[in-house]
Order: sequence, then structure tokens, then C-alpha cells
Amino acid sequence: MCMLSRNATFNSHGQDSSYFLGWQEYEKTPYHEVHNTNGIIQMGLAENQLCFDLLESWLAKNPEAAAFKKNGESIFAELALFQDYHGLPAFKKAMVDFMAEIRGNKVTFDPNHLVLTAGATSANETFIFCLADPGEVLLIPTPYYPGFDRDSKWRTGVAIVPIHCTSSNGFQITETALEEAYQEAEKRNLRVKGVLVTNPSNPLGTTMTRNELYLLLSFVEDKGIHLISDEIYSGTAFSTPSFRSVMEVLKDRNCDENSEVWQRVHVVYSLSKDLGLPGFRVGAIYSNDDMVVAAATKMSSFGLVSSQTQHLLSAMLSDRKLTKNYIAENHKRLKQRQKNLVSGLQKAGISCLNGNAGLFCWVDMRHLLRSNTFEAEMELWKKIVYEVHLNISPGSSCHCTEPGWFRVCFANLPERTLDLAMQRLKAFVGEYYNVPEVNGRSQSSHLSHSRGQSLRKWVSRLSFDDRCPIHGR
Amino acid sequence: MGFTLSNQQQLLSKMATGNGHGENSPYFDGWKAYDSDPFHVTKNPNGVIQMGLAENEMCFDLIQEWVLNNPEASICTAAGVNEFKDIAIFQDYHGLPEFRNAVANFMGRVRGNRVTFDADRIVMSGGATGAHETIAFCLADPGDAFLVPVPYYPGFDRDLGWRTGVQLIPVACDSSNNFKVTRAALEAAYEKAQKANIRVKGLLITNPSNPLGTVLDRDTLRSLVTFINEKKIHLVCDEIYAATVFSQPSFISIAEIIEEDIECNRNLIHIVYSLSKDMGFPGFRVGIVYSYNDDVVNCARKMSSFGLVSTQTQHLIASMLSDNEFVERFIAQSAKRLKARHMRFTMELAQVGTSCLKSNGGLFVWMDLRRLLKEQTFEAEMVLWHTIIHEVKLNVSPGSSFHCPEPGWFRVCFANMDDKTMEIALSRIRNFVAQYKEPIAPRKNNRYWQSNLRLSFQSRRMDDIMMSPCMMSPHSPIPQSPLVRAT
Repeated sequence: MCMLSRNATFNSHGQDSSYFLGWQEYEKTPYHEVHNTNGIIQMGLAENQLCFDLLESWLAKNPEAAAFKKNGESIFAELALFQDYHGLPAFKKAMVDFMAEIRGNKVTFDPNHLVLTAGATSANETFIFCLADPGEVLLIPTPYYPGFDRDSKWRTGVAIVPIHCTSSNGFQITETALEEAYQEAEKRNLRVKGVLVTNPSNPLGTTMTRNELYLLLSFVEDKGIHLISDEIYSGTAFSTPSFRSVMEVLKDRNCDENSEVWQRVHVVYSLSKDLGLPGFRVGAIYSNDDMVVAAATKMSSFGLVSSQTQHLLSAMLSDRKLTKNYIAENHKRLKQRQKNLVSGLQKAGISCLNGNAGLFCWVDMRHLLRSNTFEAEMELWKKIVYEVHLNISPGSSCHCTEPGWFRVCFANLPERTLDLAMQRLKAFVGEYYNVPEVNGRSQSSHLSHSRGQSLRKWVSRLSFDDRCPIHGR
Repeated sequence: MGFTLSNQQQLLSKMATGNGHGENSPYFDGWKAYDSDPFHVTKNPNGVIQMGLAENEMCFDLIQEWVLNNPEASICTAAGVNEFKDIAIFQDYHGLPEFRNAVANFMGRVRGNRVTFDADRIVMSGGATGAHETIAFCLADPGDAFLVPVPYYPGFDRDLGWRTGVQLIPVACDSSNNFKVTRAALEAAYEKAQKANIRVKGLLITNPSNPLGTVLDRDTLRSLVTFINEKKIHLVCDEIYAATVFSQPSFISIAEIIEEDIECNRNLIHIVYSLSKDMGFPGFRVGIVYSYNDDVVNCARKMSSFGLVSTQTQHLIASMLSDNEFVERFIAQSAKRLKARHMRFTMELAQVGTSCLKSNGGLFVWMDLRRLLKEQTFEAEMVLWHTIIHEVKLNVSPGSSFHCPEPGWFRVCFANMDDKTMEIALSRIRNFVAQYKEPIAPRKNNRYWQSNLRLSFQSRRMDDIMMSPCMMSPHSPIPQSPLVRAT
């Protein structure tokens, strides 16, 4: 008799994918500017490390939040005992105000419709548990965050059918693609329950256009299904076109609580990307549907936000001066950093998708592939990891339908390390491909026979032992 | 365009629209009564006293003192802010090494250093609530079952069964032998499952017991280990009340038993732990899955992504629980204060002829009010319970909510209040017992007897009984908490 569950025995947690394996290689020899200058530079982790100084200086000026105090009184005991799954009211108010501020106050959110969860990881899984039964389907546009396979499918038993997006139109969602995905599910006799989109997109680093949002709304309205909009990068939209939330579009189309679709549009939020606080595990579900809010609230019992953290962040986010300044500075620094990455890539003859948000670029290395195949993409990726010593994420791990695209993060490392990474990349491209610095696509070149042999040696050296971590995006 | 409720229900999952969370319970009456009329020593001295919450408020003075003296334990103070960034970005699901080491150290000390715990086996979860669900997801498939001795914590039905599809099968225990778990009862429950074609994947025990407040003796523990080994099923030991044991017989952890001379496949042994009861930190959501099975550790660790402990909290706990001098002092003081509180409570009750199950741990007593029942039925228990809530003004938890097979038992919590409140609670109980020398009959015009009470005990099966959120963690707000009052 099998001693463990199916969940435990099969690998639908998705952590055998290359996305996570690259992380494991990084763990073995991480770059350090003094102790390991030849180590692997981590560019596969979508973290925002650009604005900690703002938070740290706020902390220095606000000792009460730090010391478990409120109005001079110690509230340690009350905090330690507070396990209400409705969350700290002051914190939820601060969260919805922050969410509104990020959206230029064009929409407002009701704190009673916000459910706190242990990170967006938990929020996404909880949503799926609420909206779909085992065997039902979620449509997700490709490329998408690899963790969705785990968050949406693993313990829920729900299936994902991809909505294929291509570079022909900058990976935007089209009506055809939506319909094809829906038909695909129907062909397999599977019931589609909803569409999950990420806006701004991970891994594309772009915000959704108004057209795409309208299209999505019409689609879910027509099919009578849900729309979950993962907006965890909403605060990272650093340049035009500005970020437009699905909630805004609902408002634009005069969809209110009297319209059917109103209750089927939901938002996932988190402070992991916008505020750079992934360790604090602050996620949220927002739904206009009371039943979803009620069910999700009860489910949040399995992953609440620590009251200690709620208290701290409640104080922080209630400080409008801080939030206003933070949002603006965050945009400014992300924009500059992205510009540096794009320019560094260009010097290496590499271009990327025109991005305006997120903590990464969607980089086009199709011209560096030996052939237009995923095998070739893997070969290139392994060279970049093992020879160039950069951990970046191959598009196949994000279910991209076209080989040759890579997600490269820019906000989780110091500027000088980013510069070094670009120098390495440039040297690599120059050595292997002899490709000059250009502004567009370059001619592909083929590997020589001897290069092919060294590559095979690299490949055979791989050993992906089961060392953990990384659930980071 | 009309949109009916049933349309909406069809669009949601069965899980969301069903009752598997267990919170649609008639026992909510107790909570409602407390909510609408909560006791306050000066502002509402006649209000309902909350005795349905198993929380440990006995030692916050020690903890607060420690926090004040250790500002570096917070990443927000001047002393600790240099670590803010590293802690805030750390999202490795292994957890901070110092956190795991501190928890392993604490767990060992709570067990008198008779066993040590391997920090690499410490896996985080969203409280014990998250830990139980994770264990169920790792060990069982939908439709599989766990055996659980009654009476048991009402939240188990939700934690182990709601989203996992796992079912709980009660193992019969009764007062004839002080609710001890017998081999015969285990076998009977196992046989019943076999006959019904239900695959039993494990046995879940809580030691020290909620709601009994007792510890399992060595012989019983050994017989449980023998049983699960023979049946090749898992043993999940919920030890979240380990540090609340305040007198003999001492607490024996399953971790100690498996080190003894006993045949045991360690891959079947798992412990659920938490800081919610021992330290009084339910708000911090520190749950732990500790398994001797490497595959379970690996799987649970991946699943912990859904309920990691905030690194801000990990950092605080790491600091606190690696302060050995503080830990030893805390464990000793906590036991001392719980013992004093328990003794005062049980002695006062005994003086008015009210007995409790002999216990030496937990944050509650298992009170025997069978003699006050008009008839030995759960209906009569409900009548008595309503009287206690609305007339005696105490929110206690009726045994039926814990799946107790015998009517008349009540769990009464004593560690979630100060001395003054406890004395008031005791005097109310004294007066009540003195007044009601006769068993309590339902009054026709009793406005508190809700005619829409949905229970029908004659036909009720044990596994139909739902529980109230006030008996489950996490739960509804504490209305007088300054944290819930208007922002």
C-alpha cells in the first residue's frame, strides 16, 4: 500500500522544472563581490530591493510600530492573541487605501471584501479552491509564472489550459487565442471555470492594454466564468502606458453590483513585489462576491498573516506621506534600473520586449539558438548558467510557446552586479556568436563542432539534486 | 438581468458552497451571547465570561519584559533595523536556520531535554491548523480516513477534512475508564472502517488532550505505536499543549517512545506543534510539522509555501527561544501558574460537589455536570448549556461539540482571564450549582431556547455534529480587543 498521498508522490508541485533547478545551481555557488566573484549572479528572482532605505528610515522615525505599542501602551498581548481571520481592521483599511493609491484612486476597495492570506501563493490557491472543483479548468495566458502550476493545480486537482500568446503582437491576448483555449477544454470534456491573468504581467513586464481587458471581460461575461486578475506587480508600473486594473475597466463599462460579471471579477494582491517584503507573507484576495469572501475568509485559517506583521504594516501603510513618496520613488528607480538592463543587453546584441512594469525584462535570445527548438533553448540556458554564471529563467519554464525567450530580473541586485552580469553576457555572446552590438535582431550563428563538444561536457556535469527553496517569483 | 443565488453557487466550488468548514453551527449561540454581552470587570460586570477559548494568558508579563529587554529581536527597532532588509526578503521555505534551531531547542526543553529534535525536520505551517491540513494532504487521498479518539478538538474536522476530502472516524472512549484509549476501541474503529471499505491512513492523537487536559501514559503510547505498526498506518501526534503540563504524571512525547526498545517504523511517526498554546502566541501563526519520514518532510516543506511564518515573527521567535535562561524560567513559571489556577478552580468546584476529570495539563478542565441533566441525552445537555450561557453567563463548551459520546461534560477554560475574573466565574458557578440541586428541565417559555435550533439529537450521529467557531482557532474577533475597535 502506498504510504503517502498522491499529492506527496507525484511531482505536480512543479518543483522539478528548470525554473527551480536553476535556483538550485545558484545555491551551490552564489556570486559574492568579495568571496565568490566568479559565482552565479542571481537574475532569476523577481524581488524588489530598490527601496528598502525608504522603509528603514520610516522605521527609524516611527518607533511605536516597532515596539508593539499603540498610544504609548504595550499591545503585545493583544497582538499575540489576535487570531481573528477577518484580520486587523486597521491593517485592512490601510491595505485597501494603498491599493487605491496605486491605482491613482480611480477605484476604491471595500476592506470588508478583502481577505488576508499568507502571500499571493496562498491567495491564488485559495481562490481556486473556492471557484473550481477537481477536474475543472482554469485558462491562463502564456507565458505565465511557473508557480501557477503549483498554486493552481497541485492540491486543488484543477487543470490549466494555456491561452497561447505569441511575439507576433507582443504576446498580447487575442480573442482567437481565448476561444481556442476554451474549445480545447471543451474538446477534452472539461468545464472551464475561469481565466487567471497577471497584470502587470510576469514574465513579460508589461501592463495589459485597455483592449485586452475589455476583451477579457466580454469573454468571461459571454462564457459565464470567473476572471482572476493577479495584480501583485501593480505598484511596479514605472512608465507609460499606465497600469489599468480590471476593477477600473469594470467601472468604465458601468458594471456595478447589478451586473452579473461584477461578482465574477476578482483580484489577487500582495506586498511581496511592490514593497519588497516577500518574507512577511502578506497576500490578499479581493472579491465583489460575498460568498467568495466568506469562503475564502474561512480558508484563510490555513495561512493567516502574522498579527505582528499586520500591526507593523498597518502603521506603515497608513502613513500617506510614506506611501506617496514610496510609490513615486519606486517607479523612478525601477525605470532607471530597467533602462540599465536594456542598454546592457543591447551592447550584447540582445533586445527585449518593450516593458513598462515588473521587476524583469522579457529578453529575446532567439537569434542565439542553435535551432528554433526548446532543446536548443535548454542548451543555451545551461550555457548561460554554467558558463556565463547567470541564473535567468528560460521561457519554456514559463510555458512560452516560442523558444528563445528568457526572463531576466533587474531589481534584486546592486547596480554594479547588474553591470558585471551584462559584461559577462556581452563577452559570452562575442565569444560564441561574434555578434556585434545592435539595436534589433541579429543573424543567428551556429555553434562550431568544438563548442558543441564543450556544451555536451557541461550538460553531462549537471546534477540536479533535490535541494529546496525557492518559491519566489 | 437577474442572477439567482443558485446560479452563483454553481459557479463556485462545492467546497466554497458546502459546510465542510463546520462553522454553521447551532453552537454559535454561545459565541453570540458573549459577543453581544461580553464581561468587563468594571464596564460590564454582569456580562458573559468567556470560558470557551483555550488561550494562555498566564505569562505575558514575562514575555513583555523579555521583549523590552531585547530590542534587537525586533527588526524594526533601532537595535534591530540593520537586519530589516535581509529578513524582509528572506522567503526560503526552509525558514531562517536560527528559527528552526530555536524551535527545536524549545521543543527539547519542554520535554525536559529527554529527547532532542533535528532542526532540519522542522517544517513551518500556518499555525497548527495549517500543520494538520498539510499532514493530511501528505498522508492521505480524498476518501481516506484517520481514526481519532473522542472527545476531540472540533477544528479537526475542518483541518483534516475540509479541503482534503479526508474523513475522521471516531475511536470510542468514555468515562468508565477516564476516556483512556484502549486497544479494543482502536481495533473496533479500524474494523468498522474496513467493513465500510474505507481506507484508514492513520491515527491522530492529541497529547496532552484537548478537551480532557490529561496526558497519555507510557503503556498507552506504546500500545498505540504497536497498533499503527501492525496496521502499517501513520501516527500523527498533536503535542501543542506539551508545555502546559503542570504536575505529575509528566508529559511523555511520542519522540521519547520511539527511542525506547519498541518495534517502530519511524516513517509512520509525525508530530504537530505550535506556539499558540504553550507560549500564548496564536496571532503569530507559528505552526510546525515535524516528521520522522524524509518524504513527508520534503512534501510538507513544499506545501509550507501556502502558509509560511512571517520572517519578522521567525526572527523574534528565534531570538526569544534561543535565550535558554528565559526559556527555562518561562516553562517553570507557566507550569506553576497553570497549576495554581487549575487547583483553585477544581478545589472550588469540588466544594460545591462539582467534579472534573482528573487532569494535569491543558488550559481547561473537563467538567462533569451529568448529575444536572434531566435525562442523559444530548438534548438535555443543550438545555443545560443554554442555561449556563444565558443565566449563569458563562460561555463554556458542551461536550457534544467535541464528539463526546456521553452527554453532560463541558470544557471550561481557565487560562484566558485574570485572577479577579476567575473568582467571579467561580462564584457564579457556585451559586448556580447551589441553586440547581435538581436536574434542569427545559422551560416552555424560556426565551433563550431557540425554537429554530436545528438539531435533532435522537437521530444524530456523532459525525454529524458541527462545531462553533468559538471553539476553533482561528476564530471570530475578541470584541473588547483594542485591535478590533474602530480604527
